[in-house]
Amino acid sequence: MPDNSALAIRLRDIVKSFGPVQANRGAELEVAHGEIHALVGENGAGKSTLMRVLAGMYSPDSGTMEVDGRDVTGWSTADAIAAGVGMVHQHFMLVPTLTVAENVMLGSELTRGPVLDRAAAEEAVRKLSAETGLAVPPAARVADLTVGQAQRVEILKTLYRGAKILILDEPTAVLSPPEVRELWQVCRSIRDAGGTIVLITHKLDEVIDVSETITVMRAGKTVARMATAGTTPQAIARAMVGRDVALALDAEYMGTPLLPELGAVSALLEVRDLVVHGANGQPVVKSATFSIAPGEILGIAGVEGNGQTELVEAIAGLRPYTGSIALASRDLATLNVRARGDAGLSHIPEDRHERALILDYTVAENLILGQQHRFTRGAALDTPRMLDHARELITRYDIRPDNPSLAARALSGGNQQKIVVAREMARDFKVLLAAQPTRGVDVGAIEFIHARLREARDQGKAVLLVSADLAEVLALADRVAVMYGGRIVALLPRSGATPDTLGPYMTGAERAA
Amino acid sequence: MSAPDPTLMPVGDVPAPAAASITRPGASRRTQLEEAVLPPLVALLLAAVVGDVLILTFGQSPGAVYRLLLDGTWGNAYGFGQVLYKATTLVFTGLAVALGLRAGLFNIGAESQLAAGGFCAALIGLVLPAGFPALLCLPVYILAAAIGGGAVGAVPGVLKARFGAHEVIVTIMLNFIVLALLNYLTSTRLHVPDTLHTAEIRSGRLPRLADLWPAFQGSAANVVIVLAILAMVGLWWFLFRTRRGFELRAVGLQPHAAEYGGIDVGGVTWRALALSGAIAGIGGLNYVLGYKHYYEEGFATGAGFLGIAVALVGRSHPLGIGLAALLFATLSQGGLAVNALVPKQMVDVLQAVVILAVATSVPEVRRLLRMRRGGGDR
Repeated sequence: MPDNSALAIRLRDIVKSFGPVQANRGAELEVAHGEIHALVGENGAGKSTLMRVLAGMYSPDSGTMEVDGRDVTGWSTADAIAAGVGMVHQHFMLVPTLTVAENVMLGSELTRGPVLDRAAAEEAVRKLSAETGLAVPPAARVADLTVGQAQRVEILKTLYRGAKILILDEPTAVLSPPEVRELWQVCRSIRDAGGTIVLITHKLDEVIDVSETITVMRAGKTVARMATAGTTPQAIARAMVGRDVALALDAEYMGTPLLPELGAVSALLEVRDLVVHGANGQPVVKSATFSIAPGEILGIAGVEGNGQTELVEAIAGLRPYTGSIALASRDLATLNVRARGDAGLSHIPEDRHERALILDYTVAENLILGQQHRFTRGAALDTPRMLDHARELITRYDIRPDNPSLAARALSGGNQQKIVVAREMARDFKVLLAAQPTRGVDVGAIEFIHARLREARDQGKAVLLVSADLAEVLALADRVAVMYGGRIVALLPRSGATPDTLGPYMTGAERAA
Repeated sequence: MSAPDPTLMPVGDVPAPAAASITRPGASRRTQLEEAVLPPLVALLLAAVVGDVLILTFGQSPGAVYRLLLDGTWGNAYGFGQVLYKATTLVFTGLAVALGLRAGLFNIGAESQLAAGGFCAALIGLVLPAGFPALLCLPVYILAAAIGGGAVGAVPGVLKARFGAHEVIVTIMLNFIVLALLNYLTSTRLHVPDTLHTAEIRSGRLPRLADLWPAFQGSAANVVIVLAILAMVGLWWFLFRTRRGFELRAVGLQPHAAEYGGIDVGGVTWRALALSGAIAGIGGLNYVLGYKHYYEEGFATGAGFLGIAVALVGRSHPLGIGLAALLFATLSQGGLAVNALVPKQMVDVLQAVVILAVATSVPEVRRLLRMRRGGGDR
């Protein structure tokens, strides 16, 4: 352990409560100068809260904070920025209509008299870009950037303000594998220039790849601190969850998928020449054709924003389309969302907060969303039956806390997702659309959700899995398709799919199908 | 790979993660109640302070004015009857606006929907022969008023569902059109000469409260108040207990999730506005069946707009709307009572202050409540 005087960050016994919820209950963090430090833990473990305390966004209820050996307990965001502590949030805080340079200087604008000095700002961005390897066009509007570029702008903005200690909150959630590698390059170069990085994540391979030291949090407390060299993903996962977990990464699950002889079994889901138009009238899905057999998981890999969302929503009946979609040989063209559900379509949407749940509704109410017409007695909702249904699913899917009358908003992300999974798996379905089913969900819940998806496959259902997490697709899918620019550019059997074979397709460098 | 890791250094014993995330499940209900009740109370307090200042500028004692206001309203049976009468109309318009708000729609058209409902009821009253069985009269009148108001409400509903026309614009415009049309019809075809009202209905008049309790003598309060209470209970049941209500609130809270849940968002939109208009329309019966027994131009001017305030202050909950309707009715009647000391318009100002205070204090007070509790977002 490093000598205390050399510590960049030292948080001791941090307690932070939000009403009845104790987010931090004695959290500790020690980060040395010039290291890349991974802060890992399940959803709701209190990582983000602890980092927001460090960045001055929250004031701790008790505990002490030191930065560079100076007591900074309870400082403000302004103090934190002035002292060189900057946080890059999971959700970007950029103004889409402004240019890169304008966003970077926002809050500390360069001026020439009363007017903004755009040229100087762009020059400053260019210089910073060159120093750090964060390549972005300074004059481009942020709205026109890719997600990966927007993230670089966020980091540049923080560095421009003189950050020496950089906090990255789940930075890779939206990146493709090559972009992730670039990000690690940048992190290393910032470290080599004397910077300190705290990386919040729950992807264990990243932790192993890039960090030097690891702090594990569980239920608001720090439960372990270890050197990355000499630990294993299993050990980290065990510390996070408090028990052994099967990791998707090395599960090597092959099972015995009921892969049909070609033509022997008719497909459960058949999509032909599907074209879906986006809000601006441009096609965002350009002639997609594929089918999924009973007992098969088709995984769709690809960087987000390449038409996956629209593909899934068209199948679910949420978007108009041309081409044909058939479920168990029945054309869905004339069926609305509810009728598609009744016909045997289940759908785990990617957007938990906007689509999948009504956050102000109770757990019991959310567990019938989409099937409310089956839970009626006359005009009224059959409340006792709703509650029975809810209690059963809460037990079966281990949704916590086990109170059906609690608003969904009050549950952690992982438990919210369990509501969605429970609801969609409990109905009578033939085809399951699972879009980003484990996004923002902790290791324990990921394991659970993966097991449910395999279970559906083993029961002879057809599963369409869309995930930005390539490891997830590879761990679950029997066949892998890659979407790029609205097209399915590759469709491979699982055995032929590896990050290296898929990478070029995901970035558009190659196309096959 | 599965051997214990030597670098792992446990720091204390920690229970299962999820169990710690919510320690008091019951807290959320108390939280809801706090957020529902506190903001309107703060708004009232603010309005009272502004009222004090206003009264002082007129050189009067706030205590004396407020006492007079209460004496003239809740202090005697006549004043109380007037409060009940005014509150009855406001309950209907308040419920109408609240139903829209629950579906995520802002119905500014209660004013004309109320008038159209009263107008249609009065028309029926001109057609129904004298001596028509009283038991049959009421449902016919309710239906007529509901159709009148509902038709006016359905127009913005259909335009919104079909073409995406914004309901605020359409309902505002319809207020002008419908009120002008009703005035035209009344003054050219239906009015009793030298008046602005139609002939009296011949059957189905409802008794005033004074007929049952003589103390209410002279006040306009009548048994339509029973309909208002039934409407409150009915709307509560509809919103919070039925499937349609479940779907309507889902659309209001999260239209994308509602769509995902197989709910026809367009259908809910136009039905909600039509039903909203129908409820406002039934409010017209308070005047036509219970009080004057005819339609008169401007019989409830302002009651539709005040309904917006009632719905906002009542937090779009039927019970809250009942209380808010009593509050605004008290202020409105109280304005007459204090006229001797301060101008009646002072009470109008107070109403406006209550509305402004609610509009600003609801988000503000909520923010403060949340801050005190913390963000909860980890």
